[in-house]
Amino acid sequence: MDLEEVQAHLRRLYADATTHFQKMPGSAILLRYIRSSYQNDPVRSAFELLLFLFVIRYLLSSKYSTKKENKVRLTEDEIDELVDEWTPEPLVAPQTPFEENVNEKSPVIVGPTGPRSKLSNGKTVTNLASFNFYNFIGNEALKEKAIQTLRTYGVGPCGPPGFYGTMDVHMKTEADIASHLGTPACIVYAQAFSTISSVIPAFSKRGDVIVVDKAVNYAIRKGIQLSRSTIRWYEHNNMEDLQRVLAKITKEQASKPLTRRFIITEGLFENVGDCVDLPKVIELKLKYKFRLILDETWSYGVLGRTGRGVTEQQNVDATEVDMITGSLAGPLCAGGGFCAGSEEVVEHQRISAAAYTFSAALPAMLSTTASETINLLQENPEILTQLRDNVKAMRGQLDPRSDWVKCSSAVDNPIMLLVLKPEHITARNLSPADQEWIFQDVVDECLANNVLITRLKTMPAALGVAPKDQGWQPQPALKVCITTGLSKKETEKAGVVIRHAITKIMTRKNNRLSQTST
Amino acid sequence: MKGPLSLPTISLSSAKDERATTLFQPPSPSQARRIARQNAQFGPLGSQSHRYSSRFEGTDFPEPIEDSPPYYFLITTYISYLVLIAFGHVRDFFGKRLRPEKYRHLNASNGYAALNSDFDNFYVRRLKMRLNDCFARPVTGVPGRYVTLLDRKSRDNNETFQMMGTITETLNMSSYNYLGFAQSEGPCADAVEATVRKYGMSLASTRGDAGTSDLHIEVENLIARFVGKPAAMVYSMGFVTNAAAFPAIVGKGCLIISDELNHASIRFGSRSSGAMIGMFKHNDMKSLECVLRDAISQGQPRTHRPWKKILVAVEGLYSMEGTMCNLPGIIALKRKYKFHLYVDEAHSIGALGPQGRGVCDYFGVDPSEVDILMGTLTKSFGANGGYIAASKSVIDKLKVTNAATIFGEAPTPPVLMQIASSLKIISGELVPGQGEERLQRLAFNSRYLRLGLKRLGFIIFGHDDSPIIPLMLYNPAKMPAFSHEMLRRKISVVVVGYPATPLESARARFCVSAAHTKDDLDRMLIACDQIGDVLQLKFSSGIAGGADPLPDGLTNEMEMEHRRWMRENGKEVVVKPPRWRLEDVLKRGVEDVKAPLR
Repeated sequence: MDLEEVQAHLRRLYADATTHFQKMPGSAILLRYIRSSYQNDPVRSAFELLLFLFVIRYLLSSKYSTKKENKVRLTEDEIDELVDEWTPEPLVAPQTPFEENVNEKSPVIVGPTGPRSKLSNGKTVTNLASFNFYNFIGNEALKEKAIQTLRTYGVGPCGPPGFYGTMDVHMKTEADIASHLGTPACIVYAQAFSTISSVIPAFSKRGDVIVVDKAVNYAIRKGIQLSRSTIRWYEHNNMEDLQRVLAKITKEQASKPLTRRFIITEGLFENVGDCVDLPKVIELKLKYKFRLILDETWSYGVLGRTGRGVTEQQNVDATEVDMITGSLAGPLCAGGGFCAGSEEVVEHQRISAAAYTFSAALPAMLSTTASETINLLQENPEILTQLRDNVKAMRGQLDPRSDWVKCSSAVDNPIMLLVLKPEHITARNLSPADQEWIFQDVVDECLANNVLITRLKTMPAALGVAPKDQGWQPQPALKVCITTGLSKKETEKAGVVIRHAITKIMTRKNNRLSQTST
Repeated sequence: MKGPLSLPTISLSSAKDERATTLFQPPSPSQARRIARQNAQFGPLGSQSHRYSSRFEGTDFPEPIEDSPPYYFLITTYISYLVLIAFGHVRDFFGKRLRPEKYRHLNASNGYAALNSDFDNFYVRRLKMRLNDCFARPVTGVPGRYVTLLDRKSRDNNETFQMMGTITETLNMSSYNYLGFAQSEGPCADAVEATVRKYGMSLASTRGDAGTSDLHIEVENLIARFVGKPAAMVYSMGFVTNAAAFPAIVGKGCLIISDELNHASIRFGSRSSGAMIGMFKHNDMKSLECVLRDAISQGQPRTHRPWKKILVAVEGLYSMEGTMCNLPGIIALKRKYKFHLYVDEAHSIGALGPQGRGVCDYFGVDPSEVDILMGTLTKSFGANGGYIAASKSVIDKLKVTNAATIFGEAPTPPVLMQIASSLKIISGELVPGQGEERLQRLAFNSRYLRLGLKRLGFIIFGHDDSPIIPLMLYNPAKMPAFSHEMLRRKISVVVVGYPATPLESARARFCVSAAHTKDDLDRMLIACDQIGDVLQLKFSSGIAGGADPLPDGLTNEMEMEHRRWMRENGKEVVVKPPRWRLEDVLKRGVEDVKAPLR
């Protein structure tokens, strides 16, 4: 009797379950699926059930790392002990004697910068260390214009360009640069130094290929490092080597999916001072289908008839170069940097170039000043020829007149880099550090004679990186910046002082070399 | 006051005879215009009661409570994104076939790979494009209390914009102008003008070469004194200050432990330094301790050698969340784990603390406890650039090893003078009283707007004293809607969504300024109230504040005590969702701001 009741109950339960199951949407499909998959083969159904359970287990399981864990299991007490034992290095290493010397002797200008500047030690010196090539700093009309801007816009823009930091003056400066260069569009950054380091990673990503000149400046090096792309170097300004590298990459990548490929080089090289052979680079870039990023930080406002840079000097259409970056803070005596190119190139940077998106915009005053100085260059191209005459006058005093140094800069470059002649380096067995000391002494000697020049500054090796792993390093050099604020005669006079200072340091008896080589 | 005897020559009766009967002289039209212009940049203080000074007292810095919206809004947010993505793909499908010229730059052509990958560009093309008109709105003039927008419109769904040639003056709730120093008149602007006349616009050199002038030294000394460190140095860009500082202090064999919400510049700098990078959960001290214990006990990966140094990098005030770092908590950990501490005060310097000296001032922490204090000069000081303050030996070393000093352009004289004069005003050396007023107005304004919005029923993130007020929107379509509605009421706000925030928490962000008056904030509250009703934004649950006022005689402490008792006895604490009427919010705001916010 009991059994019957149970059976009836079960039957009822089964009937209920069936009707409920049939009421469920999709139940018919499920039944049909199971029937069709069964095909009189229970193993097959069991296997499917197994798979189904496995999927559920997989979905419910916690995430795990694919990295091989290489951890030592420690108890809490052991960890506490290790924490107590650990002594970190100090935040920074102590200064080296050379760094101390540099810090101590770095000049402080009192009052305005100009061809003659007053220093904090009371001396008035001939300033050949600023990029004030056309003496725009002293220009009263520019000051008036800047003050007008100040009285309309205040100083800071108080926000990044994406959030109400884009002002009409920025749009005007962008248009001015674009029309000066002859590119469709342009974007203005708040600082020149960070421009190229942001432009490169905005376009070149992991897996892309970058071919770079060995002598490029630090900002480009940082940019390519951050891009995480594949990097290939070619010998400085050696077009055969560039062609060899390009051909090799094209061959290697022929079977792989197409990636973005870039050639990056400078107009006037910050570290060497010489000039790129742009027509040849363009020819190679077109042949091997690479894009070209040209850093004109030191050539924009300097080369060409109206200061448009390498493209003007070497008669290349600026639109042939995919991206031209440059500085508004150097020869233009304003502030900020820019990148000019096609509309797409520029618009892409507005949302993906870190130094543009995440930084406050350029102060309006600096933007209008840049617009004005670009205008001045176009309206008075004679100041460029005047500058070149002064460069020639200085060169006449130093290269080939000096027995000790030669100038590695291009003839039109107002930043003259003077390096020791190779025969002296080998004869005295001078290490780069020795040369740095010598040039620091020359700088000091010039300053004693009221001429302010400087050295080519290099980045010390990154922390934890051995000097031999640093890669290409520029040869230590003196840096002499020419300005039209001085007459030809004054420039020559300063040149004589520099030449004599070099001779004096190089011929003195007790050089500091013994100290450093020990 | 001197007695009446000291003014013998003024005879009241004669003055009465000669002058008009009223003492009030209406300003001349030109004067009125000038005053209006000044007030548009920096609003006049309505009442002395609209000031407040705030500093954190106590030991445990509480986490701000993050309210979450009803599930309905989270689900619709995800559905919205799904719909947007689906539509995007449909549009791409037809677009690629019908108008291939529009997609040319996304395809490889002529042997060149696409400059942007189709996939990376999808978000920009199909999602961001829809609200492009809310971003990068061009402005003109001073971004002070008001900001003047240049009107533009788009005929092709935000792909291009045409300027209309007209302007709109809007209330500025978007610029980082915390202390209201964005001004084209007043002592700062006058000092800057004199500097431009004397120094010109630039030094045209790097600091390493010949770009150091007496102005730099003066500003560096002022900053060092202001933040309470022995030495400081300035840079021409805030982003680069971070980007270049990390490679100069850490490298291979070092570990950077970074808050997960740190700014892009810190990530940029850390990545380029070559050090290993660890992360901890935003503002979570337990998570930080965990990471530290693990790092120190395990050492470097694979070799298990001890780390050379560990640098913990945090921000003082987080620009998207409005939260402050838990400095007391971090300092306590620092004592135990001996790491070096880097605090980025980009937003907090000038904006926090009774003297505006940043998080250290706010928490009453000795600045010597923090190894490196970094900050920007763009925000509170109305200038540009950044600084690093530390001990003398660190600064001396950085001067010769930091890329931004060696290669970056030197800050320009007008910018330096703006920094110097605004710093002197804040510290009271120049125009005594004004700096204090600015600081106290900012503190009042921040709390007033935050409390008002919470009482209206919005979900607001961040700490009470933070001048950054994020109002949560969640649904992506509410971003442009909110921005447009605000613009219709002549208020400029910033809306942010993915990828700057997590996918579901799109928000509008208000930046309060000392230049705002209480009336401006009331205008803001009215606008938010109206828009909140239309867009269904009032969905706070009440756990994060905005509660009804306590009956007379009860204090906050008594209520807390009561709540704790309730919890301990297993009784449920009822939290009523705050939905105040606007009138009550405006009526009670001023006095309630000065008590602990509830």
